[in-house]
Amino acid sequence: MSIDWIISIATENWEMFLRGAWMTLLIATLGTVFGAIIGLLIGIINTIPKPERGLKRIVLKLINIILGIYVGFFRGTPMIVQAMVVFYGAAQAFGVDMDRTFAAIFIVAINTGAYMAEIVRGGIISVDKGQFEAAQAIGMNHWQTMIHVVLPQVLRNILPATGNQFVMNIKDTSVLNVIGVTELYFQTKSVSGNNFRYFESFFVACILYLIMTFVVTKILHYFEKRLDGPQNYQMIDDLEQVEGKKA
Amino acid sequence: MIASKGDRLMKNVIEIQHLSKSFGTHEVLKDIDFSVNKGEVVCVIGSSGSGKSTLLRCINLLERPSGGQIVYQGENILDNNHNINNYRTKLGMVFQSFNLFNNLNVLTNCIVGQTKVLKRSKSDAENVAMKYLKVVGLDRYINAKPHQLSGGQKQRVAIARALSMEPDVLLFDEPTSALDPEMVGEVLKVMKELAGTGLTMLIVTHEMEFAREVSDRVVFMDKGVIVEEGSPEQIFNHPQNERTKAFLKRTFKQ
Ligand SMILES: Nc1ncnc2c1ncn2[C@@H]1O[C@H](COP(=O)(O)OP(=O)(O)OP(=O)(O)O)[C@@H](O)[C@H]1O
Ligand SMILES: [Mg+2]
Repeated sequence: MSIDWIISIATENWEMFLRGAWMTLLIATLGTVFGAIIGLLIGIINTIPKPERGLKRIVLKLINIILGIYVGFFRGTPMIVQAMVVFYGAAQAFGVDMDRTFAAIFIVAINTGAYMAEIVRGGIISVDKGQFEAAQAIGMNHWQTMIHVVLPQVLRNILPATGNQFVMNIKDTSVLNVIGVTELYFQTKSVSGNNFRYFESFFVACILYLIMTFVVTKILHYFEKRLDGPQNYQMIDDLEQVEGKKA
Repeated sequence: MIASKGDRLMKNVIEIQHLSKSFGTHEVLKDIDFSVNKGEVVCVIGSSGSGKSTLLRCINLLERPSGGQIVYQGENILDNNHNINNYRTKLGMVFQSFNLFNNLNVLTNCIVGQTKVLKRSKSDAENVAMKYLKVVGLDRYINAKPHQLSGGQKQRVAIARALSMEPDVLLFDEPTSALDPEMVGEVLKVMKELAGTGLTMLIVTHEMEFAREVSDRVVFMDKGVIVEEGSPEQIFNHPQNERTKAFLKRTFKQ
């Protein structure tokens, strides 16, 4: 019976499974966080106003071109290939043996960063031009406008897409078994290599992946709701009445 | 001599000389000479595309003029080294589409410029904001977010936000054009009250009755030039220029 096998595999190897799941979650979480930061930085750099001429313009143009190549490269190639290139490339070129976990987080982060750069760009565009102009009209400079008006809205706008990326990363870290990180897929492969029960072993992994993505999705939804604040505002009279009753 | 110059500076809040603006080869403003005096309410009228918005946007440098001078407190603010952001705090701007900061509630919309740009303390800023939110009748709504307000309420918050910077002059670009008809009145009422307090205002509007009522001076623009200006009585009842007459005829026929 499969069910019995699944239960016995899960109970006998729970430590390996959990360690794998933990590693998967660690890589996906840190990769998403750093990736989101990379994406935000790129999005912000792209908004810096370019002067008509001069060195600053040339430098900014150059940076934009380099960032464009970065985004194009990492969106245009599979992560599994990037992992091989980065990990073995670093070993060959610099003679360094990267820590596998570090390499995994690094790859997920730069990969996510490339996607997030586009998402952030969309998030900034979706803040209407009128708000930029209103901020300028009260004398705010570019950075004040970005920090106090634009970025808070961008962060809210990109939250669903970031959550989506997080869920994808939880699943996609499985390809990183090619560089030998001990994430959930890697651990499951080891387990099934010992017992030759491929279906049952991977069924356990399947459940674990599902739990992780489900919980993460729920947590992110909760955050979105929290950020949006209360649906209705309270008029000041009402507030005073409420306070009055409390007193 | 010195005294008279001082008087003139006191009187002129802003003086525009030979202002021009082109978008590519399209010349939208042509050699505009124009000034706004302290305490004056000036309405700018004219048909669509005549350059009224462009004029306002050039005055607070949302558009960079192609030529001419904008003189504020005796200085040409188009000089390269002039501090534009500091100048902008002296001009309030109310937009057709409100342009409130969507992430901030009503009170914070009116505070953020004061604390971040004018560097006022939070409590000072709050007092100033509350004062002007009272003026526009929205002091009870300080906790609301922009998306929870009606168009008329949003525009009144936008007016309070501009007033909170305590500018020398308030610019309005068709403040009621994006509003449902039943909300136009509440915004015009606030503006009339402000005009009565001696605030300097420069208003682009299609509301002719309002312009006739509140203006000290009416400016008629057509095809990028100021065709005629004068008291409301002069412009509306005794227009001199044929283009002014034609425009008023078209407008009042509707
Ligand atoms: N950013 C721009 N680029 C190119 N042309 C522009 C731009 N802004 C305005 N124009 C042109 O300048 C002219 C004047 O426009 P403006 O918006 O100042 O007119 P307006 O008098 O405010 O009209 P309305 O009553 O419709 O608001 C128009 O022909 C318009 O097409
Ligand atoms: Mg206009």
